[in-house]
Amino acid sequence: MLKIKDLHVEAGGKEILRGINLEIMDGQTSVLFGPNGSGKSTLLAAIMGLGHCKVTKGNIVYNGVDITNMPIDERARMGIGMMMQRPPNIVGVKLKDLVRVISKDDSVTDRANEFRMDNFLERDINVGFSGGEIKRSELLQLTAQKPKFVLLDEPESGVDLESIDLVGKKVRELLYEDSHCDLGKTVSALVITHTGQILDHIGADRAYILNDGHIKCSGRPTDLLKDIRERGYKECIQCRMVKM
Amino acid sequence: MQNGKDVKESLNKKANYGPDVNLDDYKVGTYTPEITNDIDDVSDDVKKRMVNVGVMPCKTSRSGTIFFIDNGPSYVSSESKDLELLPIREAAKKYDLSEYLWKAVDPGKDKYTSKTYLEDSDGYFIRVKAGKHIKTPVQTCMLLNRNKQMQNLHNIIIVEENASLEVITGCTTGKHAHESLHVGVSETYVKDGGSLKFSMIHNWSQGTHVRPRSGCIVGRNAKFVNNYIILNKVGSVQSYPATYLNGEGASAKYSSICLGHEGSDIDMGCLVELNAPGTSAEIISRSITLGGRMVARGRLVGRAPGVKAHLECRSLVLNDAGLTLAVPELESTVADVEMTHEAAVGKIARDQVEYLMMRGLTEDEAVGMIVRGFLEGGISGLPPELKKDIDDAIAKANLGS
Ligand SMILES: Nc1ncnc2c1ncn2[C@@H]1O[C@H](COP(=O)(O)OP(=O)(O)O)[C@@H](O)[C@H]1O
Ligand SMILES: [Mg+2]
Repeated sequence: MLKIKDLHVEAGGKEILRGINLEIMDGQTSVLFGPNGSGKSTLLAAIMGLGHCKVTKGNIVYNGVDITNMPIDERARMGIGMMMQRPPNIVGVKLKDLVRVISKDDSVTDRANEFRMDNFLERDINVGFSGGEIKRSELLQLTAQKPKFVLLDEPESGVDLESIDLVGKKVRELLYEDSHCDLGKTVSALVITHTGQILDHIGADRAYILNDGHIKCSGRPTDLLKDIRERGYKECIQCRMVKM
Repeated sequence: MQNGKDVKESLNKKANYGPDVNLDDYKVGTYTPEITNDIDDVSDDVKKRMVNVGVMPCKTSRSGTIFFIDNGPSYVSSESKDLELLPIREAAKKYDLSEYLWKAVDPGKDKYTSKTYLEDSDGYFIRVKAGKHIKTPVQTCMLLNRNKQMQNLHNIIIVEENASLEVITGCTTGKHAHESLHVGVSETYVKDGGSLKFSMIHNWSQGTHVRPRSGCIVGRNAKFVNNYIILNKVGSVQSYPATYLNGEGASAKYSSICLGHEGSDIDMGCLVELNAPGTSAEIISRSITLGGRMVARGRLVGRAPGVKAHLECRSLVLNDAGLTLAVPELESTVADVEMTHEAAVGKIARDQVEYLMMRGLTEDEAVGMIVRGFLEGGISGLPPELKKDIDDAIAKANLGS
């Protein structure tokens, strides 16, 4: 599905990613851990093609196509979707109008109540939204978009306990789109999480720790999470480096 | 008190803002235009121009229609007995208008008011009887039909005590009248408990010069809402309407949407004086500069306790040509006021465009959506016809689709 080779990325004139190698298989959910400022969001932004990241070396191949320099909207139309950690306010543009344009009809705006966003359809996108409202709005938009590969940047951060189950459920529906019974996920994902809470809802196949612009180690998500929780990033990485 | 001699001296007085216009370059337009018996009879070309400025060429969904061509009335029809709608020269024969004529606008202000005073110009007179609510809008249309001519109009609107009214006024030019001058003096009176929503839509030619001169006096607990929209090319517009909130609890809201095309010079101001306790005002201006000169001025003056007012000037600059200037001003002579302003001038934020592209919109679609939202966000309750005009203008100016 996605293959990243020796990716170097600059943001704000600083090299943030220094040679990332990563492969995600069809239907697989991968998790990205790493301390604050390690470059997790930057990696997702580079995959999406956002302008503030500059790829200086390496490439990103999606379904066999090199997308390293492809415009954002073409990537979106190829099936890549993203939930941003901190999306911008769009004053004057109503959530309803955007969702309608994305889904090309009213099928998803009519379902806004499932996301507890029905009272937000007439509001300007993200303006004055709380943490949880932003996540639910992002999920509503993604649901309209029906991506084949989703990038989720801290889907549970800022979400209160009451909403977390809803967010988890909607992320799950996104990944198991059109899937019946136990056929497994049809949509692949790369998920950033600090708490791992979201993993209770979607499960994950593989996890990576990003630090200093490199992927330091990988393993089973539950194992890595346990190590990080018990020992913190620094020790966890050191220990695993030794083992590797 | 003004007398004719003083006003005559003002014939050479330049306006405070905007490029000067030499009145001698224009012939005074005709006072006896062709009479239209049925609004449906006007030519298709004129009809199209009317619709573009929010004027419906039919009687349905309007309480009244008055149509001026150049300096004279061409068509008048009123559908409500609670409403008086007639040319002001006729109204002046019927009534003593001395308490309304030149009481909200000073005739000696500049050469444009002076000319209108000395011409004793015609225009529309609209009055709603006390306590009456006119359900659908009254529409007025001003067509500047001849090239190199000057249109001078003097309009009066009176909303009597506890009455309410909505007026849509559209101003436009005829097919060949590219280099003409429009001067319109409007005096508006919203009496105690009254309410007026007034929307003005301009659609001129690229060489037209436009000098509206407006004053509005608002009484106790009365409400005045004023919208102004200009989306197409124009030679120059310079306007600085003034509203005087003289009655306790009166309020005013001004919104304007302007597109400053290359070659256009738009200088839009707005003054609200909050002269009575508990009055409130809001001025919102949204403009886009596409290579023209775009000035947005706003001035709030607080003169009584408990006054609340806010001024917001936002401008998007879409290319490096042209000039954008935002001039927000607040003045107060008492302590107990709450007056604020914000002004922002800048380009479209890249992260917003990218956010929409992330959802699959092309760059043009994303820019179009943001620009549309930016403009429409300035006016609440925008009629659907005008939303369509905004969409068309955005498409025509190549601001995305
Ligand atoms: N647009 C930008 N301009 C300047 N610095 C940036 C920009 N985006 C990210 N950075 C910097 O890059 C580093 C990694 O940021 P980020 O990818 O957001 O980290 P994470 O998501 O892992 O917390 C941080 O030091 C951050 O300040
Ligand atoms: Mg981050």
